[in-house]
Amino acid sequence: MTKKILILLFILIPINASALIEVDITRGNLNPLPLAVSPLSIDEESRKSFEKILKKENIGSEISNIVENNLRISGLFNPLDKKAFLQAPDIANLKPRFEDWNLIKAQALITGKVNYIDDKLRVEFRLWDVLAAKEMMALAFTTVPNNWRRVGHIISDKVYERLTGEKGYFDTRIIYVSEEGPKTQRIKKLAIMDQDGANNKFLTLGNELVLTPRFNPASQMVTYLSYFKNMPRVYLLDIETGTQEVVGDFPGMTFAPRFSPDGKKIIMSFAKDGKSDIYTMDLENRIVEKITNHPSIDTSPSYSPDGKYITFNSDRSGYQQIYVMKNDGSDVKRISFGNGLYGTPVWSPRGDLIAFTKLHKGKFYIGVMRTDGSGERLLTENYYQEAPSWSPNGRVLIFYRETKTNSKGEGFSAKLWSIDLTGYNERQIKTPTDASDPSWSALLSN
Amino acid sequence: MRLNKILKNTLLVLAACLVLSACATKKEVATDIQGQMQGDVYTGTDTVEYLADGVPDRVFFATNESILTTASRETLRAQAAWLRKNPNINVVLEGHADERGTREYNLALGERRANAAKDYLMTYGISSDRITVLSYGKERPVDSGSNPLAWSKNRRSVTVKAN
Repeated sequence: MTKKILILLFILIPINASALIEVDITRGNLNPLPLAVSPLSIDEESRKSFEKILKKENIGSEISNIVENNLRISGLFNPLDKKAFLQAPDIANLKPRFEDWNLIKAQALITGKVNYIDDKLRVEFRLWDVLAAKEMMALAFTTVPNNWRRVGHIISDKVYERLTGEKGYFDTRIIYVSEEGPKTQRIKKLAIMDQDGANNKFLTLGNELVLTPRFNPASQMVTYLSYFKNMPRVYLLDIETGTQEVVGDFPGMTFAPRFSPDGKKIIMSFAKDGKSDIYTMDLENRIVEKITNHPSIDTSPSYSPDGKYITFNSDRSGYQQIYVMKNDGSDVKRISFGNGLYGTPVWSPRGDLIAFTKLHKGKFYIGVMRTDGSGERLLTENYYQEAPSWSPNGRVLIFYRETKTNSKGEGFSAKLWSIDLTGYNERQIKTPTDASDPSWSALLSN
Repeated sequence: MRLNKILKNTLLVLAACLVLSACATKKEVATDIQGQMQGDVYTGTDTVEYLADGVPDRVFFATNESILTTASRETLRAQAAWLRKNPNINVVLEGHADERGTREYNLALGERRANAAKDYLMTYGISSDRITVLSYGKERPVDSGSNPLAWSKNRRSVTVKAN
């Protein structure tokens, strides 16, 4: 599935270095930038070829729709209605008539074209600053036709990066747990999908309970908890080959796994005799290290992006709270001091924040705090929600939410949601079944 | 005349009974729901199954706790006696948590609860070789309700025959 090598990227024209339009992503964006995504133009011969291969009538429009949808759900951009466009796609890509685009209040314009060349899909696209009447970026990709959705995501990432100054997060995937059946006997499967919900695929059959899958930030490996043979253990799954292996084969339950930032270690909890401690395992030489040693419950460990620190939750104070320590287990400091219980700390890929779940007075919150515990901000409140996971650029959190049942115990559901770091732009991510425990992959292409 | 009086009195008594019993049942229902919990530990028998006559299969816990109540210790002593009488039977202690906690912490809490039960069985002479601990966290509730009574039924350690 790694198609990184298959996508060849050309820079068409040297890019004008100074960003003309700027989108500030550090605040809640109440006025998303109006822009126009002109459908990628396509010649009739190419259109027919792709129709035959991909069963899509107009692949140019399909790719544009992906770009438009990505930019809209980011909450930072407002893609304008195509019906208002005055200029035809093929002509716009050569040289936009800026006054036409200005008229419909577009501040930026995306144009491009698709060709079928030597069994390959070739896309070029351009980003224009309408007010300044200038080209901001021009790129071309060549790849196998089946990669067409990823081309849309890569274009979205390039536009996002050019306009915000930060990396995008569209060419990514989400691994999660698909849930079906009654609440007392849920059937759970590992599932994976593109960040926008497309290409959903189940990775396990549901014969055993599976929980908490997490991506390796450095590859397409996943670690998760499986109740295979009724022994809850940490497993590794290669999603390219489907190979599974147990890594936490300790004399007791291993759980709460995550990768180290370099992908070389797994950090997890091992529960024995009523206490849970944190351990690491080096995946190369299988050397196991005990990191915490305390009669309390120590779990949900997560590394800082430089690998030097670990945040985790522990009830050593009597209640579940968040702690930070050095990666060898020394220098343990409690960082959460607000009212309520704190769990599931996850270090931001940017390094500056820790996202968490908080339980206070019967409500669950997803929030963030600085790594010393200061500046706590609660982003969203609900009956039940937990397990935030960061987008690779550290701007969006994905988590799951469960509903309260009625007096007869009916009406239970679990869904994936995302919210911006700003607390704005809360959205449900549609999944074919109920869903929980989402984990966001790194960018597939860089 | 006399018979009449007796009849009349009987009717009055009957009527009074009816009124009283109506009151009594109403009260009973009200205390029944509350009577199923002490503090927030479940004390009812709705979900309880029996390993043998007089040997309940499960014990219940307070929120975020793994301390055994007096009633739990009594249940576990009965289980220990039954296990001593049946030396060929091994058991799995399945520890559970309610839905009001994070998944990973609940897995650890379920393990801690099942171990509290295991430790108690061991002090009554049951070898640890005969006991396996398995935590389900919040994954396998018995009651799908979203209310304190349902949660109290779900905070449990259940002793299950392994063979």
